[in-house]
Amino acid sequence: MATVTAEGLKKFYGSVSALNDVSIKIDEGKLLTVIGPSGSGKTTLLRAIAGFVKLDEGRIYLDDEDITDVSPEKRNISMFFQNYALWPHMTVYDNVAYGLKLRKYPKKEIDERVRWALSLLDVEGLEDRKPNQLSGGQQQRIALARAIVVEPRVLLLDEPLSNLDAKIRLRIRFEIKALQQKLKLTTLYVTHDQEEALSIADEIAVMHEGRILQMGTPQEIYTRPSSLFVADFVGINNVIGVAVSNGGVRLGEMFIPVEKKSDGQEAVIVFRADEVRLAKEGTDAEPDEYAFGGVITGKLYMGSRYRYEIAVSDKTKVIANSPREFALNDRVTLCVKRDRVFVY
Amino acid sequence: MKKHRVALWLLKVAAVCFILFVIIGPLIGVVLWSFAIKWYWPHIIPQVMGVRYWMDVFHRGRVLDSILLSLEIASIVVVLSLVIAAPAAYGFSRYKLPLEKFLLVIFLMPQAFPQLPIFINIAAVFARHSLTGNMWGIIFVHTMASLVFSVWIITATFRSIPEELEQAALNLGASRFKTFFTITLPLAIPGLIASAIFVFLWSMGEFTGAFFIGAPYIQTAPVMMYTAAMGYNMQTASVVALILMIPSIAFMIIIEKYLKAEYIGGLGG
Ligand SMILES: Nc1ncnc2c1ncn2[C@@H]1O[C@H](COP(=O)(O)OP(=O)(O)O)[C@@H](O)[C@H]1O
Ligand SMILES: [Mg+2]
Repeated sequence: MATVTAEGLKKFYGSVSALNDVSIKIDEGKLLTVIGPSGSGKTTLLRAIAGFVKLDEGRIYLDDEDITDVSPEKRNISMFFQNYALWPHMTVYDNVAYGLKLRKYPKKEIDERVRWALSLLDVEGLEDRKPNQLSGGQQQRIALARAIVVEPRVLLLDEPLSNLDAKIRLRIRFEIKALQQKLKLTTLYVTHDQEEALSIADEIAVMHEGRILQMGTPQEIYTRPSSLFVADFVGINNVIGVAVSNGGVRLGEMFIPVEKKSDGQEAVIVFRADEVRLAKEGTDAEPDEYAFGGVITGKLYMGSRYRYEIAVSDKTKVIANSPREFALNDRVTLCVKRDRVFVY
Repeated sequence: MKKHRVALWLLKVAAVCFILFVIIGPLIGVVLWSFAIKWYWPHIIPQVMGVRYWMDVFHRGRVLDSILLSLEIASIVVVLSLVIAAPAAYGFSRYKLPLEKFLLVIFLMPQAFPQLPIFINIAAVFARHSLTGNMWGIIFVHTMASLVFSVWIITATFRSIPEELEQAALNLGASRFKTFFTITLPLAIPGLIASAIFVFLWSMGEFTGAFFIGAPYIQTAPVMMYTAAMGYNMQTASVVALILMIPSIAFMIIIEKYLKAEYIGGLGG
């Protein structure tokens, strides 16, 4: 296992910049998730680390070794391909044993290791099948077995769950995490699903148009998104456009001073529906909260709580989740922790 | 409703009969001719039948020799065309080569112009280098001309193999060389076989080039057949035609067996 460091990676395809000054670091045995919408450069980043992309600029290190110019077959970095890339003319056994044979292990040890990997991934007994005789989930596991059986220094996973049914996706997510921790694999995990990323990662990097917008723990990314794009991507549901005036932005009675922008400029106020505490009208806010009033205009029952649509002014509506029950047209006070409201 | 179905059924039967007639009809004629000893118009079947011409073909050296010669030429042409086309096709499919268009056009050349003047010209050039009247001149011409099919077929085959299958091998530590021989080539076998069959059958049946470059010293089977038919020796021509069908039928069986849809279908992963 090794630490991966990438510094200032740049890659242009014509005028498209697939990687634009990307730097990341994955500590030994940790799992870094890269999330971003389709086309943001995630696969290109993985392929660069695997050695399949010739970089225009930047260096990649494994521990202290500069591997930027090392050819892919000499890196000992295993990549899991988004569409599995199992070899259709080989049996499952031969697929998994391929890397071991190249490393010239004795036959008996190859047998043992293949069996170990298949049992680890819970797919014993498929040795003699061809890939096209397997279900999608089985193919996914075989591809994973093939990648880890060679004991790579780094594991790269390109959207490993994207081709699976929603049902098994959740289960395999936990299994991958358990496997990664058990084998202490330094792992780079690419996905476009923010929930998947938050649940599995030690650290998250949010990517957009070839840049890393923010890097941090899942908690940091979730609670303190550094930009509107990140906030939107991690699922913040109240994004309210306002104009700056008197040195700040206003939503109902809530006033937030803004330093970076001057009067007349556009700004957005951002907070989660889950972060709102709904109370009867006239309730005092805690010292660390903002409070503002509104009228309930919509109500959805969601099992453990209600989701309300609340009109704060003529034009502005916000969404709030609360276990407390209110009726339509009730006047309420919305309280939000000051450090959970962001202005961009 | 029922009438409808009967009409449809009749139509189907008629269609099948027509197809059988078009395909089998001439074939029956050829088979009859190969066994005919005496067959004058307006008799529908030969008056006297026998295996004399079949015996002749296998006993009299010239006919059998020309068939063997054709087989030999076709086999060598297949090997040469694969050896030349496979690397070229791999290059076309995987790398942005400079002059790619130009090179592809060169491969197209031999088929792009009317064949007759080309072969006459080639024959004249070959005569100066003592390549006429022997097998190697024909092999050379057949190989050049067949590269059109083989390069295109094999390029398409390599293109259909996802690059990621190769990258997965590199990723696990295989050299480019090893990757080609353990991943790419085995996956391309259906295309290579298809190309080989195509080239083989084409070479077996090619007349013009073999005629101008080989005749009169050596005769491939098609040339032999032509001369026999021109001499109103329909029997010998028919026997040779039937014998020449054997490789075609053999290849059809091979295709059935090895180019199963599931094998090709598996390529997508
Ligand atoms: N081989 C390539 N040739 C040209 N453009 C490419 C190539 N690979 C990726 N790109 C472009 O680079 C950008 C990033 O692609 P990619 O890394 O695949 O994104 P993601 O995996 O996040 O969806 C996209 O705009 C894509 O079109
Ligand atoms: Mg991708």
